[in-house]
Amino acid sequence: MKNKPNDLILQTVTTMISFIIILFSIHLFFAGHYTPGGGFIGGLMTSAALVLLLLAYDIKTLNTILPFNFRMMTAAGLLISVLTGAGALLFNQPFLTHAYDYFELPLLGKTSLHTAVLFDIGVYLVVIGVTMTIIQTIGESE
Amino acid sequence: MSLLHLAILLPFIAAVIVPFLFKGFRSIHTGWFVLLVPLALFIYFIQYMPVTSSGQTVSQTFEWIPSLGINFTAYVDGLGLLFALLITGIGSLVVLYSIYYLAKEKEALHNFYVYLLMFMGAMLGVVLSDNMIVLYMFWEFTSISSFLLIGYWYDKERSRYGAQKSMLITVFGGLSMLGGIVLLYIMSGTFSIRELIGMSGELMADPLFLFAMILILLGAFTKSAQFPFHVWLPDAMEAPTPVSAYLHSATMVKAGIYLVARMSPVFAESGLWLWLVAGFGIFTLFWGSFNAVKQTDLKGILAFSTVSQLGLIMSLLGLGAAALHFDTLDENMYMTATIAAVFHLINHATFKGSLFMMAGIVDHETGTRDIRKLGGLVNLMPITFTIAIIGSFSMAGLPPFNGFLSKEMFLTGMISVFELDLFNLNTWGILFPVLAWVASVFTFIYSIMLVFKTFLGKPQFDQLPKKPHEAPIGMLISPLILVTLVVVFGFFPNLLSNTMIKPAVEAILPSLPAAGQEVYVDIYFWHGFKPELFMTLGIILTGTLMYATLAKWQGIYNRIPERFTINGVYDRGLDGSESGSFKLNEFFMTGYMRSYLIYIFAFFVAILLSTLTVSDAFVIDTSNLAEIRIYEVVLAIVLIAGAITILFAKSRLTSIVLLGVVGYSVALFFVFFRAPDLALTQLVIETVSVALFLLCFYHLPEISRKEERMKFKMGNAVISILVGLTVTLIGIASFSNGQIFEFESISQYHIDNVYELAAGGNMVNVILVDFRGFDTLFEICVLGIAALGIYAMVNFRGVRREKR
Repeated sequence: MKNKPNDLILQTVTTMISFIIILFSIHLFFAGHYTPGGGFIGGLMTSAALVLLLLAYDIKTLNTILPFNFRMMTAAGLLISVLTGAGALLFNQPFLTHAYDYFELPLLGKTSLHTAVLFDIGVYLVVIGVTMTIIQTIGESE
Repeated sequence: MSLLHLAILLPFIAAVIVPFLFKGFRSIHTGWFVLLVPLALFIYFIQYMPVTSSGQTVSQTFEWIPSLGINFTAYVDGLGLLFALLITGIGSLVVLYSIYYLAKEKEALHNFYVYLLMFMGAMLGVVLSDNMIVLYMFWEFTSISSFLLIGYWYDKERSRYGAQKSMLITVFGGLSMLGGIVLLYIMSGTFSIRELIGMSGELMADPLFLFAMILILLGAFTKSAQFPFHVWLPDAMEAPTPVSAYLHSATMVKAGIYLVARMSPVFAESGLWLWLVAGFGIFTLFWGSFNAVKQTDLKGILAFSTVSQLGLIMSLLGLGAAALHFDTLDENMYMTATIAAVFHLINHATFKGSLFMMAGIVDHETGTRDIRKLGGLVNLMPITFTIAIIGSFSMAGLPPFNGFLSKEMFLTGMISVFELDLFNLNTWGILFPVLAWVASVFTFIYSIMLVFKTFLGKPQFDQLPKKPHEAPIGMLISPLILVTLVVVFGFFPNLLSNTMIKPAVEAILPSLPAAGQEVYVDIYFWHGFKPELFMTLGIILTGTLMYATLAKWQGIYNRIPERFTINGVYDRGLDGSESGSFKLNEFFMTGYMRSYLIYIFAFFVAILLSTLTVSDAFVIDTSNLAEIRIYEVVLAIVLIAGAITILFAKSRLTSIVLLGVVGYSVALFFVFFRAPDLALTQLVIETVSVALFLLCFYHLPEISRKEERMKFKMGNAVISILVGLTVTLIGIASFSNGQIFEFESISQYHIDNVYELAAGGNMVNVILVDFRGFDTLFEICVLGIAALGIYAMVNFRGVRREKR
């Protein structure tokens, strides 16, 4: 990067687009139990948004916007998934037995809550963590 | 655990204590403590003599692994006792001799006596075990301890060579023997030798009988240094002389003899046994005595002489087996052969032990064992000379020593061979007395050489490393006791006949004496004017003549080139196997990944295709195929075109882009085959991996960036086409077989229960997180590991380099 080009258009578009992508990825994630999507593809989409930020700005900027340690995020995701599975053991059920029920929540109305979503959050975090670790590591290395 | 078991294990227990004694009592020679062990055992075993001579046996069982039929059964009969007495008796004398032979300041005595005691215990175990697995265990113990003893002076290269050679050969034999034991077990279902003897008739009919016999004989022949396995014995002479006297003349080399004698009742009904044992024995007798004459080293002569005498005993045992073919005990001349074998076994132990000790004394007092440098020692070492002359004359078979008696009996046995109308012995059997006579002539020559060249002739003391003088009295005690026995057994052989020989012969030929009958052993000097007397006279005359003219005909030994000796064959065999395996390894372990991939793929194709043909599994069933749609065809063409173009792409960049084409086409296929989750994932993943490929490409070093087309290799092309073909054929076959044998698909369950049980609509996702969430858990683990791996590889690369 000897003479830094002026990426005004790219950066402006990125600021708008990345939110849309993240929203789309969250949609993919939450809709996953009923329509195509899920933790894996949701995670990939979110990291695509982050990569877009990375391309438009640079690694330092991304680190200041999102001061995450992505390796920790991977670990946290794995922990969530394992704990979700282990939680079933407390209720004398085999490992990874999921439970669900319907609740009346304020604002949302009748909603189904499912422990599989917790498990999927683990997957989601791991996928973001992994993708970002790889891209950051390779990008930072000389 | 009875007293008998403790007696067998006593040397092992003592071996544990020896190092402490060595460290604790530095002023006393450790050998004095050790001496107590064989002495005590000798006295203990003497007590069994009245028992066995009255025809009884003692058997004690100690359960070891009863579930496998392996029990430590100690069994004392005439044969076992004879050997036990030899082992402990000569063991005592050897330990006594070694006290004076090995200096307590210079030698690692604790090692020596530990090995020696281990060996003693192992030998006792071999001869007193009834269970063949236990026998084998002790047998290998003797091999190991003998290996350690031969390599006692391990800083000498010849010692290590000799130890390795004896180890390789005896362990080869030992393992063959184990094979034989296992075969016998398969045939009979027992490891007990006594039970086997009872079943010998049934065993004969078994097809495995022959293999068992040959394998057991291999064990016996290697241990007893029979032709052509005798090569290790002369090289084992690098061991300290007490070891040579004990292991390589009196005890270990007789383990094979023991085994043949012990297994005779099992195998002897077969004619092949007679031919093999007697034939190898007689040839070994000839070959050993023939080669002994050319040796110039005292212990070398004695080593070949041991080989030849062992051959003699072996041939007698083989011939003695013929006795079992005649039912009557009266006029059974072949039993004489067995008696002679046992008698000569005792005689050989006495005179060969004393001769080895004599050689050790000469070596110790003059500094050399080379008979070309020795001479005229008779006036300086009169006692040693007496020992040597009695031992040698007994070995040569001269009256009035015990060797004469057993030699006469040996000749009697050999003459009787061709009167036997069994197994073609009446024609080819003529070789036996002829070889026996020739070998005896050579035996005579080397025996005379041994004494006359060492003690008579011109003195040349200036050439000797040390000034010679008579040995200390302690060193002379053991050989003196042995030669006294030589003389005593020579004059009063019947001292032995009822106490030792008769029970041993009864143990070797158990079925022979009918009820009420007894083996009658009477050894006497005067046979009358029989052929064997004239043969002995002939031996003495010819031998004297040939000894006188030795210088004229000794040249024939140099005619045999080194290449064709057995040693040469052994050495080249060893070198060849080393360099051969090295070359073989070099040949296929190329270090190139591509060769290994070729092996893997070639085996993959060969095994799968042959399985497909052998099991006749290839079928084509098109009944249930889906209809082919036009866009599938188009997409397939795109995909195939992309894949094939990769092979011919000149630039790597093209290949990467084409790989992307293949990946996106696959994603489209997922769309066509209605797998939206897969399609989404495939699209994103393909994008990421193409980006990573581009990154790799960008960082390639300039030098290797040369753009060139992939080289064409016929082998690679053939193998890759074959792999593709194999996988395709298997795919078609498994699809068709799936149509023929209809299996119910498990997915109906998922379809039915995706909402009922898991409250979900996306079946793929429900399977991933709910029905089979366990897999997903570990897949995310895999991802995490990959990320950490990349992070570690990139970031810690420099750290490692700095540390170096």
